[in-house]
Amino acid sequence: MSQFPILSLMLLVPLVGAVLSMKSGRETARVIALVATLIDFALGVVLWTHYDVGGAQWQFQERAALFAGFEWKLGIDGIALMLIALTVFLMPVCIGASWNAIEKRAGEYYAAFLFMETLMIGVFAAQDLFLFYIMFEAGLIPMYLIIGIWGGAERIYASYKFFLYTLLGSVLMLIAMFWMVNEAGTTDIPTLMAYDFPASAQTWLFLAFFASFAVKMPMWPVHTWLPDAHVQAPTAGSVILAGVLLKMGGYGFIRFSLPMFPIASAYFAPLVWGLSIAAVVITSLIALVQTDMKKLIAYSSVAHMAIVTVGLFAFNRQGLEGSMVVMLSHGVVSGALFLAVGVIYDRLHTREIARYGGLAINMPYYALFFLVFTMASIGLPGTSGFVGEFLSLLGVYHESSWVALISTTGIILGAAYMLYLYRRVAFGDQKNADAAAMLDLDAREWAMMVPLVAVVLWMGIYPESFLAPMRKDIGALEARVAIARPKGDADVKTGANAPATSAAAALATAQLKGVK
Amino acid sequence: MDFIHSLFAISAEELISSAVLVLLLVAAWGGDKASRAISIAAFAVLMAAAFLAVPVLTGGVGGQATLAFGGHLKLDAFAAFAKLLIYLGSGVTLIIAPAFFDRFKAMRAEFPLLVLLAALGMGIMVSANDLLTLYIGLELNSLAAYVLAAFLRADGRSAEAGLKYFVLGSLASGILLYGISLTYGFTGTTSFDGVRVALGTGTLSVGATFGLVFVLAGLAFKISAAPFHMWTPDVYEGAPAPVTAFFAMSPKVAALALLMRVSLDAFGGQPGAWQQIVIFASLLSIVIGALGAIGQDNIKRLLAYSSINNVGFMLIGLAAGTPTGASAMLVYLVIYIVSSIAAFVVVLALRDAEGNAVESIAQLGGLSRTRPGLAAALAAVMFSLAGIPPLFGFWAKFVVFQAAVQAHLVVLAALGIAASVIGAFYYLKVVKVLYFDEATDTVRGGEPFANAVLLFASTVFLSPLGYLLTRWLGALAGSAAAALFHFA
Repeated sequence: MSQFPILSLMLLVPLVGAVLSMKSGRETARVIALVATLIDFALGVVLWTHYDVGGAQWQFQERAALFAGFEWKLGIDGIALMLIALTVFLMPVCIGASWNAIEKRAGEYYAAFLFMETLMIGVFAAQDLFLFYIMFEAGLIPMYLIIGIWGGAERIYASYKFFLYTLLGSVLMLIAMFWMVNEAGTTDIPTLMAYDFPASAQTWLFLAFFASFAVKMPMWPVHTWLPDAHVQAPTAGSVILAGVLLKMGGYGFIRFSLPMFPIASAYFAPLVWGLSIAAVVITSLIALVQTDMKKLIAYSSVAHMAIVTVGLFAFNRQGLEGSMVVMLSHGVVSGALFLAVGVIYDRLHTREIARYGGLAINMPYYALFFLVFTMASIGLPGTSGFVGEFLSLLGVYHESSWVALISTTGIILGAAYMLYLYRRVAFGDQKNADAAAMLDLDAREWAMMVPLVAVVLWMGIYPESFLAPMRKDIGALEARVAIARPKGDADVKTGANAPATSAAAALATAQLKGVK
Repeated sequence: MDFIHSLFAISAEELISSAVLVLLLVAAWGGDKASRAISIAAFAVLMAAAFLAVPVLTGGVGGQATLAFGGHLKLDAFAAFAKLLIYLGSGVTLIIAPAFFDRFKAMRAEFPLLVLLAALGMGIMVSANDLLTLYIGLELNSLAAYVLAAFLRADGRSAEAGLKYFVLGSLASGILLYGISLTYGFTGTTSFDGVRVALGTGTLSVGATFGLVFVLAGLAFKISAAPFHMWTPDVYEGAPAPVTAFFAMSPKVAALALLMRVSLDAFGGQPGAWQQIVIFASLLSIVIGALGAIGQDNIKRLLAYSSINNVGFMLIGLAAGTPTGASAMLVYLVIYIVSSIAAFVVVLALRDAEGNAVESIAQLGGLSRTRPGLAAALAAVMFSLAGIPPLFGFWAKFVVFQAAVQAHLVVLAALGIAASVIGAFYYLKVVKVLYFDEATDTVRGGEPFANAVLLFASTVFLSPLGYLLTRWLGALAGSAAAALFHFA
């Protein structure tokens, strides 16, 4: 199986679909898009089932020396596998969400989405630094068009802001990449992940990468593009944005910042924590007062992604695994929440919370699905949200109980704004006649919701399926960052750990002095 | 022996100059009716000249054998690379021009001849190995270019552009000549090798520094680098569109190649003296090009500012002062030329129902509905010029910034790339008009078949498929750049 270029094929299928649908009419284009994404989903299932858990770190490797300066080089580990799985799972749902909603220029719309899918898979599968950068940056163009052409009233402002924010974040990363390649003499990501850059250089390399990933993530205070982009984007655009694009930031931290610059990561961990806990509290409070449903969910995304960064920079297994699960769970749940908003937006064409009310009466099944996703967003045990948040917060508790304490308020505030949203939309009186007249889910919407609920519950009840493929890679990452792990406030008391800690500290000091 | 050898070495130039003389006679007898035939013949001559230049390019690094006429000309791989681009740009001009001028009943037999003369001058510029040869080539090109800018005699804007170009261009030539005389005065020679040896690597005398600064200032005018860029928007806007396209392609290559040769060869021993000037001009060009373009509504003025901006990026490669940097500049030039071809073919296609040129960007609103192919090509050019992957324009910026980082100019690279985000804003503005705005349905009419082919080919080149050329392009540019650093 390793000989068969399945990753290239997964990149090719949506690309071919994009070219075919570009000139097609609406009816043809959406069928092409659905078929292409379903083929990719099937390939994703094959990929997962053939992934050898506990086997080689990098699997399904392919390479072709097509270009000067960098290579066509693909390969995945467990972390990339999970994120690719998330992508191929969400894409057919997105096409389903656009099925009736997109009326103008549908051919180009589906082409942009399929092109986006190629690039997203490419980001996670790239094993060459510059190939990664190209895939990472190229996503700006289709997303700019998706927001700008098919978005809401303020779409032009939102599309500019999205584009320029993310571009400015990324270009500095490119300069840092040049420096790294010049220093290490290779563009191969696995090699670079084991390369020890001089401690003095790590600081600014980290900051350059941080500028890019923090915007993409997005971290407070550079998150302001996200609410605009989310609110203006069409439903499927929001799903992809929240579901996959934000994960690129987290993936960047896991793949680049932490293993390549462990010392700088440890040095800047307090900064990351500080920004993250600020984000958790501030954006949760902002979410509480929103009157626009999409904006509320957008702010909740910022809060959830802050839990991811908190966990990542905990430098231990629980934190790293937890962050990955939060990313996967948030990808599914926030995508599902945007879909849920999209379902009623398609009927009433407004996102104002006050225009709805009492939907549990006339749309009972919708209310049920919405409730499950709300609970998953809050982190109710048994849903996917719980597993990741629990692990992340546990991980950071080992490092700093204060950070853990403040981050945990995010869960309480999360419950507050999500339940408040749910109450206003689904419960109460049927204040508005038009909202009360809306029909419940149709077959297409059932087909979108059921898989999402299934995954939310699967991830909540048996997270091992998702944790197992990543376990070895998370372990490797933990070992890699162990040299620089800052001493947490949970370490101090245990005498038995003292020799290990001092050995680690000695290693770290040796590194700091610039062994290279 | 040397004379015979020299005559063989400059066969491309001989071909062009004798062709110009013959075609001039044809024009004198045939009149304007013969203009199409002359255009075709001139195009064939350019292609033949390009064919003659190919063996030198692929022949590897040459030594003494590449020198001609006692070292006045250096016909190395670098010159051949630049010539190929120059002939390509001139050839494209000859393809796109007749249809344009025919609409004004202004196609005259002189047009292809002037383009040929300019190409001849540029060929001499890029092979110059002596300050005087340099000047002769530059003036031959410039004089032809002044006339070309004013070629639409009935159009006031065209005449104005020609006059402006002439006055400012003459001033720049004067500055350049003054710099040449100072350099000669302080080194006692006009040959590049002599200047390099005479200046040495030690401290530069004040007079020689002045000479260097004036030479660079004169050349900066020719490549329209800030702060000598002021003529560019006016000339680009006023000159007939095919001539603007010509200015954006061939003379830019020639002047940049000349600047590279002068900086890296004649003043190659004194990088400290010119590097700061180049860095200053580069950053200023990037910023002025980007900021100036934001307020423009005329697509030709926008492209003028874009060319200033792009020259800034190319100068980053020169600032590196390494073979990698020089090769990066050449790769950038190739991609920039192709972007210009695509951009100007689109500009030529923008006409309203009466056949008048549509130059206002606001009138292009919703072009993606009425003319999807044209809009997609222009959007690809815009994203490519902005350097957004996966379009091929990204590769141009990629190699240039990589060279700068390798030469330890990290701060320059970081500032330059951060300023490129400002540039992205106005390119995005064009895409926004094309795709997001309501359709105005101003642009009508089709384009000639040849233009459509050119547009298609250049857009494919700028698409991600262009990356498949990187190895080949990199190897050619690499050998050309190596020749530049190969001193006899």
